[in-house]
Amino acid sequence: MNARVSPGLDIATSVSPRPLVRIVIVGHVDHGKSTLIGRLLAETGSLPDGKLDELKAVSARRGMPFELSFLLDALQTERDQGITIDTSQVRFRTASRDFVLIDAPGHAEFLRNMITGASQADAALLIVDAAEGVRDQTRRHGYLLHLLGVRQVVVVINKMDRVSYDDVRFRELDAEISAHLEGFGVKPAAVIPISARHGDGVVARTAAIEWYSGPTVIEALDRFAPAEPASALPLRLPVQAVYKFDDRRIIAGRIESGSLAIGDEIVVAPSGKRARVRSIEGWPVAQATTATAAASAGRSVGITIDRDLFIARGDVIAIALAGAPSARKITARIFWLDDEPLAAGTALTVRIGPAEVRGTVTAVVNSVDPGEVTPTQGAAIGQNHVGDVEIALAAPLAVDLYESNPRTGRIVLEHGGRIAGGGLVLALPVQAKRPQAAALVARAAALEQTLSGLDAAARLAAFRSEVAGRLAFTTSFGLEDQVIVHMICAAGLDIDLVTLDTGRLFPEAYTVWEETEARYGRRIRAIYPRHDALEALVEAQGINGFYGSREARAACCDVRKVEPLGRALADAAGWITGLRADQSAHRGQAGLVAADTERGLLKLSPLHDWTREAALHFADEHAVPRSALHAKGFVSIGCAPCTRAIRPGEPERAGRWWWEDESKKECGLHVRPGAAR
Amino acid sequence: MDRLDELEAQSIFIFREAFARMRKPALLWSLGKDSNVMIWLARKAFFGHLPFPVMHVDTGKKFAEMYAFRDRYAREWELDLIVEPCPPLDAVDPTLPPAARSAARKTEGLKLALAKHGFDALIAGIRRDEEATRAKERVFSPRGLEGNWDVRDQPPEFWDHFNARLPAGTHLRVHPILHWTESDIWTYTRREGIPIIPLYLAKDGKRYRSLGDADITFPVPSQARTIDEIIAELDVTKTPERSGRAMDHEAEDAFERLRASGYL
Repeated sequence: MNARVSPGLDIATSVSPRPLVRIVIVGHVDHGKSTLIGRLLAETGSLPDGKLDELKAVSARRGMPFELSFLLDALQTERDQGITIDTSQVRFRTASRDFVLIDAPGHAEFLRNMITGASQADAALLIVDAAEGVRDQTRRHGYLLHLLGVRQVVVVINKMDRVSYDDVRFRELDAEISAHLEGFGVKPAAVIPISARHGDGVVARTAAIEWYSGPTVIEALDRFAPAEPASALPLRLPVQAVYKFDDRRIIAGRIESGSLAIGDEIVVAPSGKRARVRSIEGWPVAQATTATAAASAGRSVGITIDRDLFIARGDVIAIALAGAPSARKITARIFWLDDEPLAAGTALTVRIGPAEVRGTVTAVVNSVDPGEVTPTQGAAIGQNHVGDVEIALAAPLAVDLYESNPRTGRIVLEHGGRIAGGGLVLALPVQAKRPQAAALVARAAALEQTLSGLDAAARLAAFRSEVAGRLAFTTSFGLEDQVIVHMICAAGLDIDLVTLDTGRLFPEAYTVWEETEARYGRRIRAIYPRHDALEALVEAQGINGFYGSREARAACCDVRKVEPLGRALADAAGWITGLRADQSAHRGQAGLVAADTERGLLKLSPLHDWTREAALHFADEHAVPRSALHAKGFVSIGCAPCTRAIRPGEPERAGRWWWEDESKKECGLHVRPGAAR
Repeated sequence: MDRLDELEAQSIFIFREAFARMRKPALLWSLGKDSNVMIWLARKAFFGHLPFPVMHVDTGKKFAEMYAFRDRYAREWELDLIVEPCPPLDAVDPTLPPAARSAARKTEGLKLALAKHGFDALIAGIRRDEEATRAKERVFSPRGLEGNWDVRDQPPEFWDHFNARLPAGTHLRVHPILHWTESDIWTYTRREGIPIIPLYLAKDGKRYRSLGDADITFPVPSQARTIDEIIAELDVTKTPERSGRAMDHEAEDAFERLRASGYL
């Protein structure tokens, strides 16, 4: 033991931050990965004192020739079998850099371990045995580097001693492996002839390879760049959790790309809700206040916002002007590790950052074994193979294309409770049904002109024939809603009938729901709150916590109504509602046909210019089923805890959230997401 | 962002994943420099709070300075501290060499504590650069029914996606500082002003680089009397960190056997 301190060593320079580069060494089994690492450690003086002697003694005791690879193969089974089973890591340094060397197993059986190791790397050395040439694992590892996002690759042609340092053989292999890598867009930074066992080409260009003029392995390593945080891309802050340990409600996560500052207007994907950043929190407080007016990619942060939005793990925070796209369907290029092949119909859990959602493979577009020289197509993706698949998601997820954001444009697939694959997002459904805002506004104005002269039933029929795509009518079984259901069913219009069952409706609502289905012979589709969001809400605010504050009430409406409405309208071109202009001052501003530019759809309120008396008269005349609540003095009906009967002469919506300010009593369904309420 | 900022951000991310995904985690506090950094990082991750218990599996043979440190900082840091004892030596695998056998008492203590409290995740401060089998660890490392580590069948782990779904009756080890080095630990300890046990500083030409049971842990020659001097010393030393831990060196595979059966 000879730990020592050099006298006069300058501490400041000795610990000055040198770049740290993580390098994975990959390639076919037995092509010499561990030996190359052993050589690098020995030649750069990075081995602990006595380590070589210790290993030589062990080899002698076992009657085996000493191998440099024993340095990394730490497990008894690895030494016994002479193969690396799981990834190992060692550190060494050159004059300019610190390196982590990741030794990945080359055996096909341990591909999951190679992926585990390679995914942590900034750069890769792909090793090829000069005598054996390019093999299936060479090709497979090369392809996986590309899918794992490792873009800096150097190829080393090892065991040149076994081919008498033949430069013709070297050029042959250089051409073959370079062509393979360039086939999927990876251009090797160098191809180097070496003998790891004898040291040629590793730190020195020896006489044996005097015909080679490129960099040595050490020189090539010194040219690799450490990974940079993606600060220049738009903000993506995937939410890991929302903490309420004290009076702060802190949204915590790691900034994957971009940056954020106090005061920024943010938008939450996939809900589209907006708020401003109020603070960036930290601990210890004294340390945090010095550096937390802004934060950028790579930081694990916690923020508070100026509104009590319901935000949950898996949501993604973006800057309002450059919001994150969300999708219910993705096309991805994936690698698959499970022994059960991935085929159309396979059910999975799809993970993007902290978000996870159930998904089903709807199509396998192509499937290949990247280890084959001329890959053949398959209908399913076998173990250790790759392919392009389409996946339908059970709920919308915030996701980017890999080409626009490598951090948030990749997915991980879980099968049977274990990570089984991963890949890059190649395509999201074209947002064709999202016309530009200006065009939508113009279209709404034109339709308003056409429809205003018609009666309500004719308006519905005209809207149906004018607007292509799915139309949805959302009912809460109030008087006006029942009038519209009657008109839709009487005319047999192709309009979806949908209701949001918040879980807190009056018993009378379920009665009239059932009566309505029976009377018209049509099912009214129910949309429920996300169970995880609802459980978290009740956990956070208690079962009747919405009475506590306007913010708490809005958070409850968000979970029980607004988010489910988003799903009800996800792919609709038009939305029909029972709004009347004279229900409240706010609603008077909405016209007969409005453009909902946030949702990208047209909104028709066919009873816009009706009075309550007209609706009552229509219902009487056509014996429309009506909620028993109306007879008890309830006029505008919402969730049971938040609706009461009103006295004669009170405004119609006086019974909704009666404890709150009169002016803005909306749950958020009929205001644009993000507008104040 | 410098290197320490990156390390810190990654560790905080791991802590938050563990807290979000595990039902009942506990942090293992060995009282050493690494687990002290871990506690500090956890408090950063949760904004000054530590939302799970801290457990010291006590062999009863630690240095007096370690117990003093534990009792003081459990109070000052307001830790929810659980102290669990280890069974006597004769409850441990008799085929292990003597020091390893002594260390294995901790493995047995851990098993008993797990059964008693029903933790589904133990957050532990091991690092890849400490020792060759630890270099092969996952961040979320599943353990079998007996607490054993099946190194031949570790699940894939990439892009900071961890496997957190467990078969009933098993638990996970979570390793938030797996990617740190010994030098990182000291540089961060200095930057953040994290308290340390004085045994790490040289006295009469010797200091402890790694702390364990008093009877199987030995000081190494050193002149480093401050953290600055420790950092400078590490920059040039070629002696492994665990050279003063007897159980690592008795037989080629002694430590590997300890780890496979559930040692940290």
